[in-house]
Amino acid sequence: MTAKTLYEKIWDHHVVHEEPGKPSLIYIDRHLIHEGTSPQAFAGLKAEGRKVRRPDLTFAVMDHSVPTKDRLLPIVDQDAKLQFEALAKNCAETGVRLFDMHSQNQGIVHIIGPELGITQPGQTIVCGDSHTSTHGAFGTLAFGIGTSEVEHVLATQCLVQSKSRTLNIKVTGKRPKGVTAKDIILAIIGKIGIGGGTGCVAEFSGEAIRALSMDGRMTVCNMTIEGGARAGMVAPDDVTFAYMEGRPFVPRGKDFQEAVERWRLLKTDDGAKYDMTVELRAEEIGPQVTWGTNPGMVTSVAGRVPDPHDFKDLNDQKATESALKYMGLKPGTPIVDIPVDRVFIGSCTNSRLDDLRAAAHLVAGKHVAKNIKQALIVPGSRGIKAQAEKEGLDKVFTQAGFEWRDAGCSMCIGMNADVLPPQERSASTSNRNFEGRQGRDSRTHLVSPVMAAAAAIAGHFVDVREFDVAHVE
Amino acid sequence: MPLDKVNVDTDQMVPKQFLKALTREGFGRILFYDWRYFPGEKPNPNFVLNFPRYQGASVLLARTNFGCGSSREHAPWGVKDYGFRAIIAPSYADIFYNNCFKNGILPAILKEEEVDELFTRTEAEEGYSLSIDLPSQTITDKHGLKYNFEIAPARKEVLLKGLDDIGQSLLHATAIDAYEKGHTATAKMYETVDVKYYSNGR
Repeated sequence: MTAKTLYEKIWDHHVVHEEPGKPSLIYIDRHLIHEGTSPQAFAGLKAEGRKVRRPDLTFAVMDHSVPTKDRLLPIVDQDAKLQFEALAKNCAETGVRLFDMHSQNQGIVHIIGPELGITQPGQTIVCGDSHTSTHGAFGTLAFGIGTSEVEHVLATQCLVQSKSRTLNIKVTGKRPKGVTAKDIILAIIGKIGIGGGTGCVAEFSGEAIRALSMDGRMTVCNMTIEGGARAGMVAPDDVTFAYMEGRPFVPRGKDFQEAVERWRLLKTDDGAKYDMTVELRAEEIGPQVTWGTNPGMVTSVAGRVPDPHDFKDLNDQKATESALKYMGLKPGTPIVDIPVDRVFIGSCTNSRLDDLRAAAHLVAGKHVAKNIKQALIVPGSRGIKAQAEKEGLDKVFTQAGFEWRDAGCSMCIGMNADVLPPQERSASTSNRNFEGRQGRDSRTHLVSPVMAAAAAIAGHFVDVREFDVAHVE
Repeated sequence: MPLDKVNVDTDQMVPKQFLKALTREGFGRILFYDWRYFPGEKPNPNFVLNFPRYQGASVLLARTNFGCGSSREHAPWGVKDYGFRAIIAPSYADIFYNNCFKNGILPAILKEEEVDELFTRTEAEEGYSLSIDLPSQTITDKHGLKYNFEIAPARKEVLLKGLDDIGQSLLHATAIDAYEKGHTATAKMYETVDVKYYSNGR
């Protein structure tokens, strides 16, 4: 039998129909939807008189525009309110399960999928959101789709797809103290560039990836799309199975044991070939900070803001010049000399328990610096929020001067009231530092949760390795 | 219209505040919103889309990795609604590229040096125009320039015939049924969860 990669195994298992020279029809095991990219899909379906084929495999949640303050108050944003109402109506009419903003299980779509056990190894998972790559941490083929494809999956439970190339991203060795999953993925994007994985499905391998918790693996897979690869995956192992056992939608008892046996086969065979391989050494990665307007514009906290002339390519020079102008930064500035206005710890990249625990450990007994206008903690889900409160993390944060909020996408995308004001600078644990991402003319620096927490305490970026960071994931 | 910038992301095409729509219409007016307008919606005369010479343009000339970032289909809806029928660039981000075909936009791929040449010609000559012929996969100008562009045959067919791809997939309904019957382990939902977990089950 031919040796296969993990991606090829999952692909082959999901082919419904194929013809030579044409894209294949692929079965979709789980379809996640949210208020932002689904209304037009439901409208299209209705206009054609089509039905949702498998409402039982479709899960809806309100996350992008939900308020993170008091949800019992009326929704002020009329456009957001209409989208919430449309989602509730569409789900009620079609029988799709909905976690609305008052559900105890509500949260960011990519947080609650794994948290509730909807996400399981070997599945194909899609969602009208590019960070669907997160679910790949469980050895699934998971990727973001547009609204027309959302409509296609609602109607057929399938997608028309061409096979991607395979990219093996191997991270060898051990992570140094203070270096997290976020730093690993930012370093990878810095190396391959934001278009480096275009046309590929990435598989993360190597000792440093294996050593990560599920929370850490999800952080890595989440940002695969920022390196251009639509999907990223990690082969499931005992860490994965231990995480899954007992979650609401995961099979139980004998069914679970049988599932685990099946899941154990989900790994790349010895001798299977990838189209491309990239290798990084974990020992060489330091805590990362982005300085520009895309996630590939990144350096170690020990570094400096680059000079456009450091780049050979003319397009890169122009892009750097324009990014520095937007960010209000001078070439050569040490990263640790950059002051911060606001801190955001949240998003589908870094709002899980490991992230909150590590940040809380760092800020315990300390206080947010005077120049910090706002420091937000937005748990990824209400489930995470409840568990964090049980552990007393909310008190640690509020006593340190942070605001403790309700779950949602929040300041990562600024579709609710949590917006970064013009020219203000954030230390943000989110995934995109594009122009205007967190608010028009705002300046985003992407960092890990402990780096963001440390910046909140110091008022500027600091090397987290100088802090007590024993519990970092 | 030449947009001389690498890695243009979909957040720039349609910023977040416009993602709260319920329809696919009207995104042309806000395409490239933050670059195109000063706060208060006063047009920014320094942004290329506002140059008088490019008004009414139907071809968008772009750089590497065009359309990266968010999967929002609002981006191609904006491109189309503005009046662009084709994009020419050396490369595109995967999701955006796919979304273009769902909306009848041709994202043509040329070599980097060919795109460079088109930028030079567009900027040198006011009213510079190109003809794009999809069946023969060629881009020509009236000075004798002729480039061939790449496109997968199945993609080309979708654009030429304007196929309803959901309808096409539904032709395979029997195969989908058969798949579901043969893959109960993955194509089934484990109902071990209490209904209290969903809000609309109350």
